[in-house]
Amino acid sequence: MPELSVPTGPGVFVPLLGAPRLALPLGAVKVSAGFPSPAADYEDRRLDINEYLVRNPVSTFFFAVEGDSMEGAEIFDGDILVVDKSVRPRHGHIVVAFVDGQRLVKRLFRRAGRVALVAENPNYPTLDIREGQELEVWGVVVGKFKRFGA
Amino acid sequence: MPVFALVDCNNFYASCEKLFDPKLKNKPVVVLSNNDGCVVARSAEVKALGIPMGVPWFKLRDEAKRHGIVAFSSNYALYAELSNRVVEVMSQFSPNIEVYSIDESFLELSGFERLGYQAYGAEIRQRVADWLGLAVCVGIGPSKTLAKLANHAAKKNLAGAEGVCDFTTMSPAALDLLFSRIDVGEVWGVGRKIEAQLGAMGIRTVQQLRDADAELIRTKFSVVVERILRELRGVSCLDLQEVVPEKQQIMSSRSFGQLVYDLAELEEAVASYVAKAAEKLRNQASLAGAVQVYIRTNVFKPEVPQYQRAVTVPLPEATSDTRVLTRWALRVLRRIYRPGFGYHKAGITLMNIVPATNQQFSLFASGGAVDARSQQLMGVLDGINGKYGRGTMRLAAEGVEKVWQMRRGNLSPRYTTEWGSLAVVQAR
Repeated sequence: MPELSVPTGPGVFVPLLGAPRLALPLGAVKVSAGFPSPAADYEDRRLDINEYLVRNPVSTFFFAVEGDSMEGAEIFDGDILVVDKSVRPRHGHIVVAFVDGQRLVKRLFRRAGRVALVAENPNYPTLDIREGQELEVWGVVVGKFKRFGA
Repeated sequence: MPVFALVDCNNFYASCEKLFDPKLKNKPVVVLSNNDGCVVARSAEVKALGIPMGVPWFKLRDEAKRHGIVAFSSNYALYAELSNRVVEVMSQFSPNIEVYSIDESFLELSGFERLGYQAYGAEIRQRVADWLGLAVCVGIGPSKTLAKLANHAAKKNLAGAEGVCDFTTMSPAALDLLFSRIDVGEVWGVGRKIEAQLGAMGIRTVQQLRDADAELIRTKFSVVVERILRELRGVSCLDLQEVVPEKQQIMSSRSFGQLVYDLAELEEAVASYVAKAAEKLRNQASLAGAVQVYIRTNVFKPEVPQYQRAVTVPLPEATSDTRVLTRWALRVLRRIYRPGFGYHKAGITLMNIVPATNQQFSLFASGGAVDARSQQLMGVLDGINGKYGRGTMRLAAEGVEKVWQMRRGNLSPRYTTEWGSLAVVQAR
């Protein structure tokens, strides 16, 4: 390829070779000279899975599930739980709880002075929290997700 | 009148470790510095045992066994991620925040007076506890120095309530009494040397410094100490530094996991520090005008032969190109290296940092084309390393094995920053 001769001199501006490039999004719709397209304002909207699963990002943490005691609540071995600490735990919530040095996922039962962690699988007993036993409800499970190896 | 709050996480590193591990509940936990050297954080249980900060871990082994102390290597990925979350929660309470360190931030609270500062502080504390499971103390005062002192008072339970202390609503008499009971060395900015000098003048308590003659303090010390005195009187002299100024120096250094004797190994270490620092440099769109390299033996082992040396070279022209910086750093290293010593630490500092737009070409500069190519290459390098992890693509000078790398014997999982390290919950 023949070398290009670039004119130089005062008042002549040439593009800088290898200047940093800024990628700008191309409009998804053609610009019309008449009325603006009604779709123009919506071109950048996309469904965001974070937005769907995570309501309060700053207080949300993920945990990996091991075991089958919550299958009745559609929580399976290998699922990743979305746990939001900013949600105040209530009776009936699925929670991550710390009891006796263990990290558990259970449904919280809190009625009539009884506090218990309930499994969602008939093969597992309900864990009643006895007087003096320490239960820390770490956070409330607000969702779950899993990726397949396909 | 401005009002500041200093919010400070209690036993931050130790609390981060405890957050995800139910087995650590009520257990004494320490976090160790790089290479598992010294205690850099203690849980409340460890403080109660009277174990001071900074003790070398090997000296603690027996005591640790006796008390069942659990020691962790520093898990900076975890601490940094949680620290960012704490800052995010706090930013809901004030538009003006200065992140002072990984576990401390100043908030401007002026304008939130209607709510009552004590109650507002309690709300901050409650929200961080609820949302993140971390305990903070809040100190409130009309200057940053007083906010920091109020935080100390809250933490030590000297004043205030429930980890929150508001100086702005305490009576002058109550403040006098409190200040007469706190050593002047607790004041922000009063180091050990100044404390001793003040002590020689008979100034031992916060109250005595506050009521000292400002002129005298300025002439005896400096305007800096005079400013501390004025801040103690409630005159705000220090503004929030909301925008972190671009770093004037970028350092990268580490102690080695084991002593390094070999020049080739030192070269690999230095090259990898340069790579890391240069990446930071490019991230802030800057160029470095000088490189310093230092190496040293283990100063804590006076019985072995000691050697240390640091040398700085100015570069012919400022650059952010890892290859150029590495070439110069290795040249310096080869000059200062002496065989026969066991090296314990090496480091590099990039200095004379300027924004990339201010570049001064030297008289003999290679010109724009080479520079543009270098920029492109470094862009690709940073892109790949950003995507696949630091060190994926690197100069061969950095080596492959990295035997000199840090020792981190008991590192907890990166619970919040790696998919493979999530905490497991049992469904059993």
